[in-house]
Amino acid sequence: MGTTGIVLIAAGAVVFILILWFIGAFNGLVRSRNEVKNSWSQIDVQLKRRYDLIPNLVNTVKGYAAHEKGTFEKVTEARSACMKASAAGDIGELGKQEGFLTQALKSLFAVSEAYPELKANQNFLALQEELTSTENKIGFSRQFYNDTVLKMNNKVETIPTNIVASLGGFKKEAFFEVTTAAEKEVPKVSF
Amino acid sequence: MWEQISANKTKSIFLAFFILGILLLIGFVFGQFIAPGGGALGIAIALTLWVILSLISYFQGGNIMLAISGARKIEHADHPMLFNIVEEMKIASGLPKVPDVYIIDDPSPNAFATGRDPEHCAVAVTSGLLNILNRDELQGVIAHEMGHIKNRDILLMIMVGIMLGVIVLMADIFLRSMLWGGGRSRRSSGGGQAQALILVVGLLLAILAPIIAQLIYFAISRKREYLADASGALYTRYPEGLASALEKIGASAGRYKLQSANRATAPMYIINPLKAEAASITATHPPIEERVKILRSMAGGAGYVDFNAAWKKVTRSNANIIPGSGLKASPAVALRGAAVTEEKPEQTKRERVRQTTDLLWSMSNYIFITCLCGTKMKIPPTFSRPEIQCPHCGRQNQIPKPQNSCSKK
Repeated sequence: MGTTGIVLIAAGAVVFILILWFIGAFNGLVRSRNEVKNSWSQIDVQLKRRYDLIPNLVNTVKGYAAHEKGTFEKVTEARSACMKASAAGDIGELGKQEGFLTQALKSLFAVSEAYPELKANQNFLALQEELTSTENKIGFSRQFYNDTVLKMNNKVETIPTNIVASLGGFKKEAFFEVTTAAEKEVPKVSF
Repeated sequence: MWEQISANKTKSIFLAFFILGILLLIGFVFGQFIAPGGGALGIAIALTLWVILSLISYFQGGNIMLAISGARKIEHADHPMLFNIVEEMKIASGLPKVPDVYIIDDPSPNAFATGRDPEHCAVAVTSGLLNILNRDELQGVIAHEMGHIKNRDILLMIMVGIMLGVIVLMADIFLRSMLWGGGRSRRSSGGGQAQALILVVGLLLAILAPIIAQLIYFAISRKREYLADASGALYTRYPEGLASALEKIGASAGRYKLQSANRATAPMYIINPLKAEAASITATHPPIEERVKILRSMAGGAGYVDFNAAWKKVTRSNANIIPGSGLKASPAVALRGAAVTEEKPEQTKRERVRQTTDLLWSMSNYIFITCLCGTKMKIPPTFSRPEIQCPHCGRQNQIPKPQNSCSKK
């Protein structure tokens, strides 16, 4: 076996290792993408649950505070805007609309403070608890989702995995940021 | 990425092995004392005892603990808020399943987690706890318990606790056999000095080993409590909730003693259920004031880094409470605001107590009916007539057939 043979074997080994690495990197990217999908579905479940709870809440409050029409309309509008963005899969827009919805719900609850009978209503209290909890769950799963997105995006952007990513058609994923302009300023509600 | 901390229990594991060493040593000396050259047999006996007890507690420990404390399982409808909070913390901690939720009918406010691993876990709270804590505080307590589950503390404490038990047991047997079988050393005078040496070493061990093992056990327990506090702050992103809960629990701990707790189960609870404790080496939990102070010093964020910094500041220590690699892997986590705000005021204490007592009544198979005049009546399961007169308006109310909607057993 001459030097050419040794060179051939060495080249073969290098190519083999490269292929192994490529497979590993590709599978890693697939895994990350699945994690992102999976953690998004966790948020999605909670978002849907919130959309389902809102009509009930609005109806319950209407029974006691029928003339707070503006507040109801805002909540209903924000809800349908959210559902539209959710159906379109536009995570950036969804985050913005969710911010508005959260804000609208806050003012709905603030309004309900003025109606002692409503506050004593068991149905209302139960709905309030469910909504609070759903909001918390969205918040906690959002953190988890953004962590997985960060991991995915790092892989897509950094050398050398970015080569595999561009060959395999992996794209950066969007962070889910609920626009907090509403959260920053404390809502002022006057009666 | 947050679970990095669980891979970093090196110190606790080291201490656990230290106790294991003591266990083997006492087994060896014990064996040598019974018969020269019987050291290996002694070790075998000690290990077998430990393995058998460990296996029992591995598979049944959680159930035993729940049974001893008289805890009963509840569903979402029984206490929606508690159940929701557990679900929230399941999401925040990334546990694979929602733990079972149990309630203990006891006025002393306390809580514990149990189960050998995250797939088989449960949290239990007392009715006293539900009575005094608001939503944020309850969330803090549940997050602390989830921290124990996530960090695998329960398994560790059970295993170490059983080693401790075996050491105490063997030391006890040793001392007793010395007392009753004192003639043995005279008979085997041929063995002479070696046997006498074994005797002295054995005596020392029998007296010292249980004490040392116990101190180590306490040290591990305290460290795990701090780590669970750190996890609690991280999961809720609101350290004030846990801090204020600990304060409330601590304030009422002096008034009540948890009926069902004993020395073996004490380290499992969020605060020591047995006594108001001082900062000492014989405490299973760090002093409450210190835990509260640490949580309140977490100004910058809710991550492990922030807890570690706060811990260093309050205890004036240079060491880290959280291992270095756990700190490195921990991302910065921002604090969040309180859930209980002006727009969403908390339930009053009265409403909470009413909710909890209603839950306990319904768990004892009481039936609730509301009369048209708004009076709520609780019908005991022994009440046999088909209808009941309202004490306020005098209307006759039908009693529905009992449905097993909420409680088991």
